[in-house]
Amino acid sequence: MTAVDMAHSLTLKDLRISLDGTCLLALDEVVKPGGVLTVMGPSGSGKSTLLSVLSGFREKAFEVSGRIFCGDLDITEWPPQQRRAGLLFQDPLLFPHMSVGQNLVFAIPAEKRGRARRRAMAEAALSDIGLPDMFDRDPATLSGGQAARVALARTLLSSPAFVLLDEPFSKLDTELRQQMRELVFSTARQSEWPMVLVTHDADDARAAGGKTINLSDAAHNG
Amino acid sequence: MTLLPPFSRFAPAAALGVLALPVLAGFAGTLLPAFGYLPAVGFTEFSLEPFRELVEEPGVGRSVWLSFQTGLLSTLVSVIIVAGFVAAWFGHNSFLAVRSLISPLLAVPHAAAALGLAFMIAPSGFLVRLISPELTGWDRPPDLLIVNDQNALALTAGLIVKEVPFLFLITMAALPQVPVRRSLRLTAGLGYGQLAGFLLVTWPMIYRQIRLGIFAVLAFASSVVDVSIILGPTIPSTLAVRLVEWMNDPDLSRRTVACAGACVQIAVTGALLLFWIVVERVCATIARVILANGHRFERDIFVRQCARAAMVTSAALVFAGLAMMAVWSFAGLWTYPDALPQNLNLRTWSRALPSLSGHVSTTLLIGVSATLLSIALVLGCLQRETEIGKNGTGRALYLLYLPLIIPQVGFLFGLQFLLVSGNADASLAALILVHMIFVLPYVFLSLAPPWRAQDRRYDRVALALGASQRKVFWRIRVPMLLRAILAAMAVGFAVSVAQYLPTLLVGAGRFSTVTTEAVALGTGGNRRVVGVYAFVQMLLPFVGFLLATIIPALLFRNRRAINLG
Repeated sequence: MTAVDMAHSLTLKDLRISLDGTCLLALDEVVKPGGVLTVMGPSGSGKSTLLSVLSGFREKAFEVSGRIFCGDLDITEWPPQQRRAGLLFQDPLLFPHMSVGQNLVFAIPAEKRGRARRRAMAEAALSDIGLPDMFDRDPATLSGGQAARVALARTLLSSPAFVLLDEPFSKLDTELRQQMRELVFSTARQSEWPMVLVTHDADDARAAGGKTINLSDAAHNG
Repeated sequence: MTLLPPFSRFAPAAALGVLALPVLAGFAGTLLPAFGYLPAVGFTEFSLEPFRELVEEPGVGRSVWLSFQTGLLSTLVSVIIVAGFVAAWFGHNSFLAVRSLISPLLAVPHAAAALGLAFMIAPSGFLVRLISPELTGWDRPPDLLIVNDQNALALTAGLIVKEVPFLFLITMAALPQVPVRRSLRLTAGLGYGQLAGFLLVTWPMIYRQIRLGIFAVLAFASSVVDVSIILGPTIPSTLAVRLVEWMNDPDLSRRTVACAGACVQIAVTGALLLFWIVVERVCATIARVILANGHRFERDIFVRQCARAAMVTSAALVFAGLAMMAVWSFAGLWTYPDALPQNLNLRTWSRALPSLSGHVSTTLLIGVSATLLSIALVLGCLQRETEIGKNGTGRALYLLYLPLIIPQVGFLFGLQFLLVSGNADASLAALILVHMIFVLPYVFLSLAPPWRAQDRRYDRVALALGASQRKVFWRIRVPMLLRAILAAMAVGFAVSVAQYLPTLLVGAGRFSTVTTEAVALGTGGNRRVVGVYAFVQMLLPFVGFLLATIIPALLFRNRRAINLG
C-alpha cells in the first residue's frame, strides 16, 4: 500500500451510501485538482457521512459500495492515516493541549525530519497566514478567525491529497466568513487540491464555484 | 483499518478476566466448603452440616437481621438525603458550595470516617466534651453505649456519612445526561414547588442512571466488615464480622461454617436488593398518586432547609471527625471533659513512625501497582471502544458492578482457599490482583464518561493528518484526558487504600496496610495511635487527589481550554 503523495483528481465511482437498505446518496463524480464539488442537502441526507466515507471513517451503520480513486490509486479500502485527506470542520479543532506551533508541527509529514526544520516550516506557515510570532501561543487565546486560519495552515502543512470541508464557515461572522472563503478556495486552487464541500449555505456554494449537488434531488438519492 | 495497538485488543478480555474469574472462582470456592467439601481439613463428602452448625450458633438470626437492617436503613437515609438536597437546591448557590464541600469526602476511606465519627460521638468524644459538664453535669464520661450500640445505630450513621458523598457524586455524574433545567422550568411553570417538581419529574430520570450504584451501596452496607468492627454491635456482631471471626478461627473446621454463613450473607444481600426493588415500586406508585391528585407543594422551604441541614451535617460530622483524629494524634495531656488538649506534641507520631513507615510503604506498593495495572486495562478497553466505534453494553456494565454487588465475603473466602491450595496466598502479586478486583470497576466508572464524551473529531483530524492510532492515543487522547485519567487513578488508589477484608484474607497477616492496622487499633483504647493511623489513612488518598489536580495544572499551565476542562 502506498500513501497518496501527489495532488490528483478525486474520483467517486458509482459511490452509494445506504442506511437499512435505503439509498441515501449515489454519486459518480470526478473532482479535478483545484476544483470543488459542493454537496448540499437537508440534515440526515448523508452529507457528513459522505465525508466520513471519503476520509476513511466508515460508520458501521451505513452500507457503502463503489470505489474512491485519488488519481489512479484506488483508496477505497485505505485507512484514514494513509489517505491524506485534509479535514476542516466548522470548529477549528486545534488540539488544546498543544501550542499553536505544536499544532502545526504535528501535521508536518514524518518524512520531513529535523526539529529545527519542522519548526521553521511551522513558523513560515504562520507568517503566510498573517500570524507571525504566534508559535508559542495557547490556541484558546486566539480569536475565531485566527483559529480558523491556523486550522487551515495545519491542513496545508500536512500536504493533503484532497480536502474535505464540513460546513467550515458556518460558525464565523459574515465578514470573517467572506475572508475565510476566499482564503480557503484560493489556497485550494493554488495547491491544486480537489475539494468536497458540504454546506447548508448557498453563498458557500457560489463562492466555491465548481459543481453543486443538491441531495434533495432524486437523481442523487438512488 | 488494521493499525490497532495490539494491547487494546486483549485489554477487554484481560479486564473481564480480572473482574469475573476471581469472583466466580471465589464464589465456587466458597460454595463447596459451605456444603461440607473442604479436603484441606479432611472434609471430602458433601453435607448440609455447616448450615446446621450455623443455625445453632447463638444469635445468628440477630446478626442476619442487623446486616439487613443496617444495609436498608443506611442506604435509604443516604438516598433520601441526596435526593432531597439535589431536588431542593439544584441551581442555587448553596448547591455549588455543598458540592465543593462534599467532593473531597470521596477520598476518605470508610474506616477513617468511621473512626472519626467514633471520636465525635463516643461518651468521651468531642460532642459530649463540648457540652460537658455545663449542660450535662457529666464530670466523667457517661456510661452509655453509643458506639457499638446493640441496635447498630452508630454503624448506620457511620455508613450514612460515607455513602452520602458517594451517592451525591454519582448523581452529579448523571446530571449532565438529564435535561434538569428544562424540566425544572417546566414544572415551575405548572406551579410545582422546586422540591416536588424535581422529585416527580427529574429524579426518576437521574435514578435510572445511578441505580446500579445504589445496588452497590446496598450490597456494601449489608456486608461491610471494617466499619462494623469499629462502630457496630458486638454481642452479636453483624453477620459479615462474625464470618470473618469464624474464618480466622484456629479450628479450621469452623471455615465450613464461615462459608455457609457467606452463602447466607449473599442471600441476605439478595433479599435486600429484592426488598429495595419493592421499595422502588412503592415510591413510584406514591409519586403517581401525588401526580394524579395534582398537589403542587409550592410551600416547601422548610423541607428544603431540612434537606440542606441533613447534607451539611453529614459532611460536617466527617470533617470534624477527621480533624479530631488529627488533634488526637498530636495531643499531649487531654483529660475529660476538656474540649481540647492542654498541649500538642509529636510524641505519638515519633513513636508510631518506625512501624507506620512499613505500613505506608506496603499500602503504597499495593495501591500504586493495582492502580497502574487497572488504568492500563481501562485505557485499553476504552481505546478498543474508540477503535471499533462501539461502547460497552449494559451486560458489560453489570459485569463491571459484579464485584461491587456480590458481598466480599461471598467470594473472598473461596478465593483465599484457592490461593492457599495454589500456594499463592500471602503473595504480593495475589494481593495486588485482589485489590484490582475492586479498583478496576471504580477506575472504569470514573474514566469512561469523560473518555466517551471526548470529541472524536479530534481523533479524526489527527488520523487524517497521517498520525497512527498509537500516535493519536499517546499524543492526542491521553494528554487531552490527562486530568480525567489522573482523577480516575486517584479514585482507584483511594479504593485500594480503603480495602480491609481483601488485604486481611489474602495477605494472611503477612501484608499489613495502614487500613488493616487502623481497624485493628480502632478496637483498642489508644486514641492517639488510632489518630495517627486514621489520619495517615485519610491523608494517602488525599495526596492522590491532590497530585491528580496539580500535575495537569502544572503541565498545562498555559493551556486555558485544558485547565477549564
